[in-house]
Amino acid sequence: MIAELGHFALWLAVGVALVLGVVPLVGAQRGRSDWMRMARPATRVLLALILLAFACLIVSFVRNDFSVLNVASHSNSALPLMYRIAASWGSHEGSLMLWLLMQAGWAWAVAVFSRNLPLPMLARTLAVMGLLTLSFLLFVLLTSNPFDRLFPVPVDGRDLNPQLQDPGMIFHPPMLYMGYVGFSVAFAFAVAALIGGNLDAQWARWMRPWTTVAWAFLTFGIALGSWWAYYELGWGGWWFWDAVENASFMPWLVGTALIHSLAVSEKRGSFKSWTVLLAIMAYSLSLLGTFLVRSGVITSVHSFASDPARGQFILIMLAITVGAALSLFAWRAPSVGLGARFEMLSRETMLLANNVLLVVATAAVMLGTLYPLILDALGLGKISVGAPYFDAVFVPIMAVLVFFMGVGPLSRWKSDTMPALSRRLRWAAGVTVISALLSAWMGGKLTFMSVVGLMMAFWIAASVAADLWERIKPLKGMAGMQAPWWQRLRQLPRAGVGMMLAHLGVALFCFGVTMVGTYDIEKDVAMSPGDSTTVSGYTFTYLSAKPVQGPNYEAIRGHLSVVRDGKPVTELYPEKRVYRVQRNPMTEAAIYTRVRGDLYVQMGEVIKGETWLVRIWVKPFVSWIWFGCLVMGLGGILAITDRRYRAKAGVSVSEGAAALAGAAPVR
Amino acid sequence: MKPRHKKLALLGVVLSASGIAVALVLNAFQSNMVFFYTPTQVAAKEAPSNRTFRVGGLVKEGTVQRQGLNVHFVVTDTAQAIPVTYTGVLPDLFQEGKGVVAQGQLDNGVFVAREVLAKHDENYMPPEAADAIERARKGQSRLEASVVAPGAAATAGAGKQP
Repeated sequence: MIAELGHFALWLAVGVALVLGVVPLVGAQRGRSDWMRMARPATRVLLALILLAFACLIVSFVRNDFSVLNVASHSNSALPLMYRIAASWGSHEGSLMLWLLMQAGWAWAVAVFSRNLPLPMLARTLAVMGLLTLSFLLFVLLTSNPFDRLFPVPVDGRDLNPQLQDPGMIFHPPMLYMGYVGFSVAFAFAVAALIGGNLDAQWARWMRPWTTVAWAFLTFGIALGSWWAYYELGWGGWWFWDAVENASFMPWLVGTALIHSLAVSEKRGSFKSWTVLLAIMAYSLSLLGTFLVRSGVITSVHSFASDPARGQFILIMLAITVGAALSLFAWRAPSVGLGARFEMLSRETMLLANNVLLVVATAAVMLGTLYPLILDALGLGKISVGAPYFDAVFVPIMAVLVFFMGVGPLSRWKSDTMPALSRRLRWAAGVTVISALLSAWMGGKLTFMSVVGLMMAFWIAASVAADLWERIKPLKGMAGMQAPWWQRLRQLPRAGVGMMLAHLGVALFCFGVTMVGTYDIEKDVAMSPGDSTTVSGYTFTYLSAKPVQGPNYEAIRGHLSVVRDGKPVTELYPEKRVYRVQRNPMTEAAIYTRVRGDLYVQMGEVIKGETWLVRIWVKPFVSWIWFGCLVMGLGGILAITDRRYRAKAGVSVSEGAAALAGAAPVR
Repeated sequence: MKPRHKKLALLGVVLSASGIAVALVLNAFQSNMVFFYTPTQVAAKEAPSNRTFRVGGLVKEGTVQRQGLNVHFVVTDTAQAIPVTYTGVLPDLFQEGKGVVAQGQLDNGVFVAREVLAKHDENYMPPEAADAIERARKGQSRLEASVVAPGAAATAGAGKQP
């Protein structure tokens, strides 16, 4: 009965989503405030119904109801409870339910936290989100019903893919989907503003925190996925330029461009059409990512039994959503107006460069990801485009982007002069060159790429420091500016601090990537009990391999001890598991993580008797990559707590300008 | 400079920067494309000899031999077979009789793999591997091994293992 209840709730949700998608929209066009006011309650009911359906799905998994096809194919009675819960989004159908839940959840959040939004704007935004929810509801119900029954009822389920039985499964998909679906808010705001014709600085200010928070979640989600692949899939790397990774990276790149162009739209009223276009692109790329991952055109850990009907449905959905949004854009955007003028040398130009570079980077990723698929679909042969292509393209683009990342925050809006700008940045430039050369020299392996990478990291860090100093340095003869630096530090607007923090995260990320790329050492070695091998100063001694029992798997657990300079460092226990239901071997790496790097050990295969092929990696500073992403995301979260986003309705442009003056100190 | 000239200059800078970026991208793309060949095509000497490419099919039963770090096996599309060598740890789901894709270069008729990819879980095999077998099967029935268009087979063969 529970499955039927969930199914029924989804059909009711279709009705509610239809009402939400049509009535407030028509009401806003006709000026009927009673119709527009329906948006909020309809959103609440929609969320309640989808929550109910999702709860039904989780209950089916928790209670091991193998009469539900989805449960029987993706769970097992021996599966631990937390993975049974996570298994509810571990299938194609379940992941779409998670998407729906996020979609309705974001709509609800807009309804709750946008008290000061004018009614027509709110009605239109929620209606657009209602239509997006409707399309996904129909997709679930018509092609991927998670509540389909199975008859005869099997005795037990086929278990969750062993690779997914990991805490990563509990956090990575929800975080990633929060980000993907979060861009639908920006999309809805953009479309609503196009319909209503009120694209102004106020609109950019409404949209900005929503976009930033979605971007932060996407950052967390991608970083979690990368970390998970690193420790679980046992490939030892942190990014593979796999089509699925690229599918999540493209919306991230465009989303990053969007939060920067929104800054210009809010503060200077420029780039508005461009911002709208980026908002449409960010969500479209989220949809494209879903299409790539869910339609079975690419095979990976993320793809499930593919059904051509599903791929077609998403493609049609994508075409309608993107087509409608772009047509609306083409129709309305010419009337938007250009906004304030700016000089060649100004912060606007820097942010324009940021946007151009990020969009070019997105296009490059898209070419590498889609071209092989298109070629294949047209029957023109099979090719693959691997990491060398993406590395060759990305490093130069990112190097230029990082240069602007240092200059941008220190240049003034509207117009700046070269001497003033160089004065502000000269210390940062000097520190960058000296410290990059120094640390590459100390590292002992001075390659061109490693120097470039380290310079990128130090340049960002040094320019963030220079920016901070410009904001808190004592100024003579100006009222209110003589406060001591610690007080000025506390008075800094959170948006500015958030930006600095996020940029610092990029610096940490660049540092980690460079160090791993330069000094990473891999050694595959055949070891019998008692054998030792030394990798970059660490002596690994293989002691034994013993069988152990897990809840739903059997394993061989190796034992290695690590010694450096005669002092014990750690004991490592890598495992080779065989899960009982699916009978697949699984490598569980043993990783010892510290700030200055990881020791990563894997059991390969038995060579003979007790001799195993063991893979040993020493990865300096690898965790800085994910820590950097965490800092980036936290910077975004900090930025949205800025006071001006909590401002009451009807803040005039002059008050906005005052807030602006506070954000960027007068220099 | 007049504002109009400045705007033109800015436009010029943006356009030339994008032009350079596009050239960079296309050049990198051209030189890093990795083509896929079936064992039948390799046997017919269609594969390049000094360029990295991919080959895929099934790991032939009884051919996997490990000597310390080195491993030798044979990849077949059921029509033709090609010997492969690899050094290091093989992926978890590498098994005799199952699908595999190897990336590397040909050296005197032996494929020296730098990367070996196996299927991601028990239900699926790499689409390239499925495609190679499908092509070989069609080729045998039509007796024209290498002329068959691969596209349709790829979509049909990407599903479950035979």
